[in-house]
Amino acid sequence: MTLQKIQSLEDLNSIKEKTMPYLSLRLGAFGDDRTSQEKAEALASSPYNHSIMVCAGTGCLSSNSQKVKEQLLEEINKRHLADKVEIVKTGCFGFCELGPVVVIHPGAYFYCRIQPEDVQDIFDNHIEKGQAVQRLLYKNPTTHEITETMDENKFFHPQTRIALRNCGIINPEKMDEYIARDGYRALAKVLMEMTPSEVVKTVRDSELRGRGGAGFLTGRKWAFTAAVKQDYKYVVCNADEGDPGAFMDRSILEGDPHAVLEAMAIAGYAVGASEGYIYVRAEYPIAVARLEKAIEEATQKGLLGENILGSGFNFTVEIRLGAGAFVCGEETALLRSVTGQRGEPRSRPPYPAVQGLWDKPTLLNNVETYANIPQIILQGPQWYASIGTEGSKGTKIFSLAGKINNTGLIEVPMGTTLRTIVYEIGGGIPQGKSFKAIQTGGPSGGCLPAEHLDKPIDYESLTEIGSMMGSGGLIVMDESDCMVDIARFYLEFTQDESCGKCTPCRIGTKRLLEIVNRITEGNGKLEDLEILEELGHDIQEASLCGLGQTAPNPVLSTLHYFREEFITHIQDKRCPAGVCKALSRHEIDQEKCISCSICTKHCPVKAISGERKVKPFLIDPDICTNCGICVEKCPPKAILRR
Amino acid sequence: MQKRNKNALITTSDEERQNNSTVQARREKEQAGMEASMATASDGSISANSKESASKRAQTLPGTAEQSKEPAEPKEMVTLQIDGITVEVEKGLSLLEAARNIGINIPSLCYLKDINEIGACRVCLVEIEGQRTLQASCVYPSVDGLIVRTNTARVRKARKRTVELLLSNHHRECTTCNRNLNCELQNVADDLAIRDIEPTGEVRRYEIHDNNPAIQRDYNKCIHCRRCEAICSKMQQCHVYSAQNRGFETVIAPAFMRDLGEVACIMCGQCVIACPVGSLTDKESMSPIWEILEDPRNHVVVQTAPSIQVTLGEEFGLPVGTVVTGKMVTALRRLGFDQVFATDFAADLTIMEEAHEFIGRFEEGRLPFLTSCCPGWIKFCEHFYPQFIPNLSTCKSPMSMFGALTRFYHGKKRDIDPERLFSVAIMPCTAKKYEAARPEHSDGKRPHIDYVLTTRELAMMIRQAGIDFAKLPDSEYDSPLGEYTGAGTIFGATGGVMEAALRTAYWAMTGGKKVENSPQEEVREQTVEFREIRGQSGLKISKVRLGDHEIKVAVAHGTGNARQILEAIIAGEKIDYVEIMACPGGCVGGGGQPVLGGRDHRKISLDYRHNRSDALYNIDYSKKLRNSHENATIQNLYKTYLDHPGSEKAHKVLHTAYRARNRWS
Ligand SMILES: Cc1cc2nc3c(=O)[nH]c(=O)nc-3n(C[C@H](O)[C@H](O)[C@H](O)COP(=O)(O)O)c2cc1C
Ligand code: SF4
Ligand code: SF4
Ligand code: SF4
Ligand code: FES
Repeated sequence: MTLQKIQSLEDLNSIKEKTMPYLSLRLGAFGDDRTSQEKAEALASSPYNHSIMVCAGTGCLSSNSQKVKEQLLEEINKRHLADKVEIVKTGCFGFCELGPVVVIHPGAYFYCRIQPEDVQDIFDNHIEKGQAVQRLLYKNPTTHEITETMDENKFFHPQTRIALRNCGIINPEKMDEYIARDGYRALAKVLMEMTPSEVVKTVRDSELRGRGGAGFLTGRKWAFTAAVKQDYKYVVCNADEGDPGAFMDRSILEGDPHAVLEAMAIAGYAVGASEGYIYVRAEYPIAVARLEKAIEEATQKGLLGENILGSGFNFTVEIRLGAGAFVCGEETALLRSVTGQRGEPRSRPPYPAVQGLWDKPTLLNNVETYANIPQIILQGPQWYASIGTEGSKGTKIFSLAGKINNTGLIEVPMGTTLRTIVYEIGGGIPQGKSFKAIQTGGPSGGCLPAEHLDKPIDYESLTEIGSMMGSGGLIVMDESDCMVDIARFYLEFTQDESCGKCTPCRIGTKRLLEIVNRITEGNGKLEDLEILEELGHDIQEASLCGLGQTAPNPVLSTLHYFREEFITHIQDKRCPAGVCKALSRHEIDQEKCISCSICTKHCPVKAISGERKVKPFLIDPDICTNCGICVEKCPPKAILRR
Repeated sequence: MQKRNKNALITTSDEERQNNSTVQARREKEQAGMEASMATASDGSISANSKESASKRAQTLPGTAEQSKEPAEPKEMVTLQIDGITVEVEKGLSLLEAARNIGINIPSLCYLKDINEIGACRVCLVEIEGQRTLQASCVYPSVDGLIVRTNTARVRKARKRTVELLLSNHHRECTTCNRNLNCELQNVADDLAIRDIEPTGEVRRYEIHDNNPAIQRDYNKCIHCRRCEAICSKMQQCHVYSAQNRGFETVIAPAFMRDLGEVACIMCGQCVIACPVGSLTDKESMSPIWEILEDPRNHVVVQTAPSIQVTLGEEFGLPVGTVVTGKMVTALRRLGFDQVFATDFAADLTIMEEAHEFIGRFEEGRLPFLTSCCPGWIKFCEHFYPQFIPNLSTCKSPMSMFGALTRFYHGKKRDIDPERLFSVAIMPCTAKKYEAARPEHSDGKRPHIDYVLTTRELAMMIRQAGIDFAKLPDSEYDSPLGEYTGAGTIFGATGGVMEAALRTAYWAMTGGKKVENSPQEEVREQTVEFREIRGQSGLKISKVRLGDHEIKVAVAHGTGNARQILEAIIAGEKIDYVEIMACPGGCVGGGGQPVLGGRDHRKISLDYRHNRSDALYNIDYSKKLRNSHENATIQNLYKTYLDHPGSEKAHKVLHTAYRARNRWS
């Protein structure tokens, strides 16, 4: 690592040349587009025989990948392999559920759930003998088929990585590795060859849309901000990511922080700002630490700060920590929060582009939006616009969760069908259960039934069918999920997170929640369904900000697609999925019961009483939480959920 | 993914490369052209009105008078269509105001002109062509070409829904509510013909907060409009209220939901007059007064503050600014008060003491000298600027001086059993309730004033008594403590205390010259020339010649403006004499004054204050005696009881002391 300032394109080139050999083994991870000859050359140029990538994203760190990494290092030292094998701490691969994830190059062998004890085995066989350790490789949960490499893995195969292109390939804490992946080259190009309006035009032509939820055309926003005549402007990055379950922004910041910094500097140049702020939630300590490190290194080397690359353009970036309220992700609330006020939305116009941070024109974009910018500049807007659908270009990162075999983070072209995502990438529904619905867009989205599985998803198509792209959360539900309960869950969330400023959201969502609660408790009336629809619609129309305007979506869409389930709750006083406590109970069929007492041992809340061969086994409905464990454990399947 | 040429480090065409050398030039050209492109680039919804807001934010200190001299920019006009009617208005004017201009009343609740424009309640929704959702007209700026509809089924339905939701979480006990028949929520509910509330649900219940002498907070009636928060933060800059908690549990409250008596609240009551509903009200004192009036053995003295005579009429449907001095006195007698006196008298006395004190300090150079007649300002100074306590006049407020005189002078002279002597004050002010309860304003055992009633409470008592106020004959104040000059009367308006004091100081410092009965404007011209420094009447600084001396005086009303003056003084601005009134407009805008939330006062703003103060100046103008030192009763009082202004006796009876306070007490 040189401490010299990078002052020209030549400096970037020489860093790239110096660093590239170290990366050459690792490029096989995602969609390697090199020819076989190129690959062979690269392999030959690599100083190592193997690169072992250890994921250091939040997911894998929490499953203790740090210990694995230490063990790997120890093993290298023990075997004196330091000049043959490198260990790379890297960003998220997306398959967090299987963490700690370790990928070994060449070949991109994908190892999951690696424990420190497994390390020796890996060295003995994979490194020393070139034999992959089968028991540690990815195993399909339904077919139990083993997949050795990432290329063969259906989770990775259909993905196209633009925003996540460096995650899992570079060490996010080494700027040189980012530079070797053409990092800061877009900034150099912009500063040396393009005028601000040419930059804006490039972004415009790419038709990139904001990934923070609303899908506003990024180029248009840049143009507005650039057009406002003001002495001072700001660039802000929205890394609040309050949507429960979504973590794409975190992964980008953890795996490729420089991409966001570079994009912000490009944005600053385009709109005429020289100060940037990243608003990131305080619950993301690793992302914050990597960002801090990246800002420090970029500043030290002159890629941030004054007179960047000798162009006369200045740009600094500061981090602001958010306290974590969901509504602080809304742009006007975020801007207030940055200045130390209560995070509360205000009405627009004026838009932040005209009156934002400290009342100055402010460009605000989401992390993922920014992460696309450098590639758009380098590869050209036409390239970007060639990916995706008519109205939604490029790729989108989704976080896949719920009742699905492969959960994690994926980046796919816009227009990919839900079916591809659920059944191909996601590997289908576990335990042979059937798909019931997919929730898209988090608290502002909706629940879609199987009939929409073949819909190519983009901003428009999702809105058309009553849901939202949102920040890209996808939660799969199967027959054991109750849709009324799902609606209740999201309403509870939005009611808790409503800032309380405007009437429809503050009181309206509370009333929606009360009605849905009544239905789950068996006190619903058929008229309630109409009230839900009417009130939900009015809240959408009348609320001040996006939170209130979209809060009714989950309940309205479930009501639209799963009305029968609501009616069953109301008329039959029954929860078909057995989730709503008041409307479902677990019972032991005394005829089938063999009095083994296994259920009693497994019940986590001690709701089952009885004595072997003496007293009949009974479930106390007041204690039972309907978790269903006993149903699975009972050998003669004597426990039923009604 | 498209294949890239690994060796081409930057993908640029030859043509682009050729342009390289001129990037700098192109960039500069672009910057120069930005101005021109701006008009076309910003579409209708994004209007570049940031200039205005930036100047709003600028915190320029007073003293830079040149600023206001800048010629006002010509206002840009825009044309839009509201309900098919084409209107031309100033660019940026809210649609709600634009509609009112053409006779369309859009219902509103959270909106308070110039003070609270936040679009929170969602009652004023309108339809704007091209917008997906309905928009709050109170914050939506007028821009060219908008097509607005204010009365469609969609709009009516949404407005109704909003109000129904508010009512569904409202302690709807109108018949026993302080604001019954004078409530903006009632009005809106009636305008929208709300007959049924669906769905209903949980109604939040809180205890009444009234652990202070002046203001009662009933969270059960709060509609979260945040007008209290806005007026307290923006106008008064005390920042007592803020939104706390989230969702349905949100409250607009002092920190930790403390009582107003437990935070740095100055009791000015501006939040009370800003509140559209019965959530902020007087802490009422009517019942004990009825009780003491009932017993014929009691001798009950009442004093009325100067501004009551120009505002009480509003409570009975008279136009703002009607002078009702005579009717008020008659009403008080009919209620059973034994002596009806004018606080205006004590205001004259205050001037004698204060002018004397000022001249003394002026000679000693202990300046600036700050007035002390406003208890809200006093508390503000004690909380936020305790370093200025030594600069405060030690004069008690006119109310308190009057209270002391009632006990020590009037009572003794008439030989009234002290136990049977009660002193009641009718005040435009909630802070006076607080002042009356301060230990400094008592003889250690009994407070100088037993009860303070606001203008509103007096009106309620008059209604309770069945008195048809408008039909009352006039009568005169009792003698001798009911005699006063025009100088005492103008105490009720901002600048009045200063003007009254200057009239007397001028007389004293010029060796007896006086400005005799000249028209008010002339008096001002001869003695005080007001120079507005920021085009904002909240703050005025002038130079005045008093004989051989030129002094610099400042007048501030609203404690936010007071802050500006004090900060300027801290920054080095030399000002000799400062009048500060906590309430905007002075006592005519006091927190105890009538609240105009009723249907007749559609225009929801607080810009009625000048009408009230004009009325006060008219009284002054019509008075034969307009200088405090000419008040014969006062001259006599000094002769027989107080010796001379600033005497030891005067100090004992008429002066007081202050103490520094922190955030919580
Ligand atoms: C309630 C609410 C929460 C939001 N949360 C986020 C968030 O966590 N991250 C984000 O980037 N945008 C969020 N947004 C969207 C932002 O308001 C804004 O549109 C976005 O950051 C703009 O960036 P983009 O154009 O790049 O998408 C939220 C919006 C609403 C209404
Ligand atoms: S919609 Fe909800 S979150 Fe948005 S301003 Fe209104 S109350 Fe606050
Ligand atoms: S605040 Fe208004 S609506 Fe509420 S109880 Fe009082 S009078 Fe009735
Ligand atoms: S107390 Fe009154 S003014 Fe304050 S928010 Fe509540 S209703 Fe509005
Ligand atoms: S939102 Fe306009 S008056 Fe409240």
